[in-house]
Amino acid sequence: MLCCLENNNWTPMADITLRINGSEKKVSVSPETPLLWVLRDTLEMTGTKFGCGAGLCGACTVHVDGNAIRSCSTPVSQVAGKNITTIEGLGANGLHVLQQAWIAEEVPQCGYCQTGQIMQAAALLAKTPNPTDEQITQAMNGNLCRCGTYERIRKAIHRAAGNGGVR
Amino acid sequence: MSPLSRRELLLGGVAAGAGLVIGFYLPHKGASEKEFSPNAYLRITPDNRVTVVVARSEMGQGVRTALPMILAEELEADWKQIEIEQAGASTFFGDQTTGGSASIRTTWDPMRKAGAIAREMLISAAALTWGVPRSTCTAENGHIKHAASNRSLSYGELAAKASTLPIPSDVPLKQSKDYKIVGQRLARVDSPAKVQGEAVFGIDFKIPGMKYALLSRCPVIGGKVSSFDDKDSKKVSGVNYVGKIGDSAVAVVADSVWGAMEGRRVLNVTWDEGANKDFNSTPVKNAPKMARDLLDLSKAAVLYSAGATPNTFKVNQTYELPFMAHAPMEPGNCTAHYQGSKCEMWIPTQVPQDCRDSVATAIGLEPDQVKVNVTLMGGGFGRRLEHDYAVEAALVSKAINAPVKVLWTREDDMRFSTYRPASTHMLGATLDGSGLPTALRHMIVAPSISGQKGQPTPGGVDPDLPDEAGPVYGIPNYSIQYLMTQTPVPLGWMRSVYALQAAFALESFIDELAVAAGKDPLKYRLQLLAKDQDLTYFSTTWHTARMRGVLQLAAEKSGWDKTLPAGRFRGVACFGCFASYMAEVVEISMENDHPRVHRVVAAVDCGQVVNPAILEQQIQGGIIYGLGNAFRAKITVEKGRVVQGNFDDYQPLRMEETPTVEVYAVPSQETPTGIGEPSVPPIAPALCNAIYAATKKRIRALPILN
Repeated sequence: MLCCLENNNWTPMADITLRINGSEKKVSVSPETPLLWVLRDTLEMTGTKFGCGAGLCGACTVHVDGNAIRSCSTPVSQVAGKNITTIEGLGANGLHVLQQAWIAEEVPQCGYCQTGQIMQAAALLAKTPNPTDEQITQAMNGNLCRCGTYERIRKAIHRAAGNGGVR
Repeated sequence: MSPLSRRELLLGGVAAGAGLVIGFYLPHKGASEKEFSPNAYLRITPDNRVTVVVARSEMGQGVRTALPMILAEELEADWKQIEIEQAGASTFFGDQTTGGSASIRTTWDPMRKAGAIAREMLISAAALTWGVPRSTCTAENGHIKHAASNRSLSYGELAAKASTLPIPSDVPLKQSKDYKIVGQRLARVDSPAKVQGEAVFGIDFKIPGMKYALLSRCPVIGGKVSSFDDKDSKKVSGVNYVGKIGDSAVAVVADSVWGAMEGRRVLNVTWDEGANKDFNSTPVKNAPKMARDLLDLSKAAVLYSAGATPNTFKVNQTYELPFMAHAPMEPGNCTAHYQGSKCEMWIPTQVPQDCRDSVATAIGLEPDQVKVNVTLMGGGFGRRLEHDYAVEAALVSKAINAPVKVLWTREDDMRFSTYRPASTHMLGATLDGSGLPTALRHMIVAPSISGQKGQPTPGGVDPDLPDEAGPVYGIPNYSIQYLMTQTPVPLGWMRSVYALQAAFALESFIDELAVAAGKDPLKYRLQLLAKDQDLTYFSTTWHTARMRGVLQLAAEKSGWDKTLPAGRFRGVACFGCFASYMAEVVEISMENDHPRVHRVVAAVDCGQVVNPAILEQQIQGGIIYGLGNAFRAKITVEKGRVVQGNFDDYQPLRMEETPTVEVYAVPSQETPTGIGEPSVPPIAPALCNAIYAATKKRIRALPILN
């Protein structure tokens, strides 16, 4: 079956095996399909959000091999066989320390961007357990929030770091 | 208490508040006879479940927490026990529109009354059960208690009995000094689901067999489809339908979002670009002088008039604001399932009833054949006061006879939105010997949102202006006027609506007058407000004392009288809208000619605060939203096309530009007023006034970084 028009050539569907939140998932999709839509449509994991489709807002942030990436601009073929973590897999043993901090600091308003924000923050804490304000700004600046929750996000990251960072 | 029968309530409804009609009985399908549901807002079942129905939409402003708090207070409920249910479009709640910072304002009375009625009936049920006078029974924490005999029954245990009793129409309401829930910093009920990715927004909702559709719309405002070629689209895997929807769009339907995106990308549409193909959105100030002279100011409607204002002034300034886009994080979407004689919708909307009615008209059904379910919204800011997504989804579902989700991309949202009206403001003043205005005129020149939508504009006044352009100062000769203009650019209600424009113009002008008089801008404002006055503007009365109160609170908390460190500068602005009073002090430095905002101190008087934690969120969020608007928000139209498309050329505020925002509320037991929007308008003038303090350059047109 044909699915995508690239340079006027239709590329075929492919069977791809993904490792998501520790389990293997087989999908049959066009290899160019952004990971975001494979997660949301094919695998029905809707915690990862669509915001801009161009890597400008961070609502679609997931981890690939521990790095925060924008799933809206990452073809699924690029992440085959790699370890993918989504918001659904972040707090494997209950709420992640960041999720607890997000609730304690009353971060979410509409909440739509917050799963992407938390994934971005989790990647930061994994590498930098006690980030400075500057490090937080640098890590989080690509994640937009139209409700204006940035200062609470900063506080929540500090709170989570103070509680021992990632677990 | 005079009892009313359920039938009377069901037939008549009860009038409460300003024109609000609440139906006081909502029959529930499959509800057991033992269920206690004295009104549409509340159900108590024998298994002791207490469910509060929220008839406003949750877009982040906290209605699913704050509204039930109001009911729970009067019910004397155990807050931990409360379950929340979202109402869809209904005939039981009056107007369910979520907008105008009105959710608390318009449900304060009905929610309190709904809780109090239930409480009184539960007391009666307990008194009857125990055979004791009802005056010896008290309601507390989800139980009715009889202290003398140390007996207690839970609300669930009393539900069956209470459901047999007549419903009282006149019940006592609690005094604010006795509040246990209202005024508390209770945690939002929606946070746990939102941080785990379990919250279901409109975009997340899915039903079996659902297709996905994207629409190709004419890039020129008002253009139409001339013809289309779907040959390439239909080659894309999973694309199963391509067809015209209405006059100006073509839908591509597929089994997946990506299939629909790819199908739309290769769709070939020929457009009939229509009358606006050469239209450019040129600001009035930059227009040829002749065009400006065409504005006939004598045709302006008088919104407010005190004393006598002259037609010409010695001091004059003009301020201008551009079109702006709401850009909520969740792009537009709606899921529709058309099934011949009925249609069910799942939509993130601020107007479930309008969606129901528009959809019914569009697909040839009666409103009661359309069921509208309200999902969580990833932001609203007024964008979801439109019904466009709903109508599109219903039309596509009807065309393919299957359930479908219509999804907008970010570019769709940016280019096919409805925009905050661009406006021009001409201010003039006559000053006394000390530089204070003895006369002031504010002429607002802007197109009308409601007027463009074909809604009434009595006397040439946009119906939003009464909430959003009111007088702040008791200047003896004071006139606010409005000249309605026309534009082909689609207009919509964006957070704080005309108040943003009005505050930017007035509060910049007042600052200019203060500077010219050589006076401290905050003390200058206090001087203008020194006399206690009640300024009645449409149905709202503004009190100079309350405006003075927020200015003084902001001054105190910001340390206005203290000297700032070198390189730091301050600006202040105050404004009143949606019946609330707001003052903001902004502290900045200049870094390479670029203003950096370090701190904002916000003081608000919004009457009784229902949940201080949510209030702080709303004020902080409004200020960040307003800073983004002030710095960069601008939608331009060239050759009939909206230029901006995504967050690269329409840039909201990011973390690196975010200041700390401190929020202080004036303690008050007055009836609650709006809080979702009032913090937005003062921030742009306060910031520009700080920039003037730093640079001596006056910014009279937004955005600042143009």
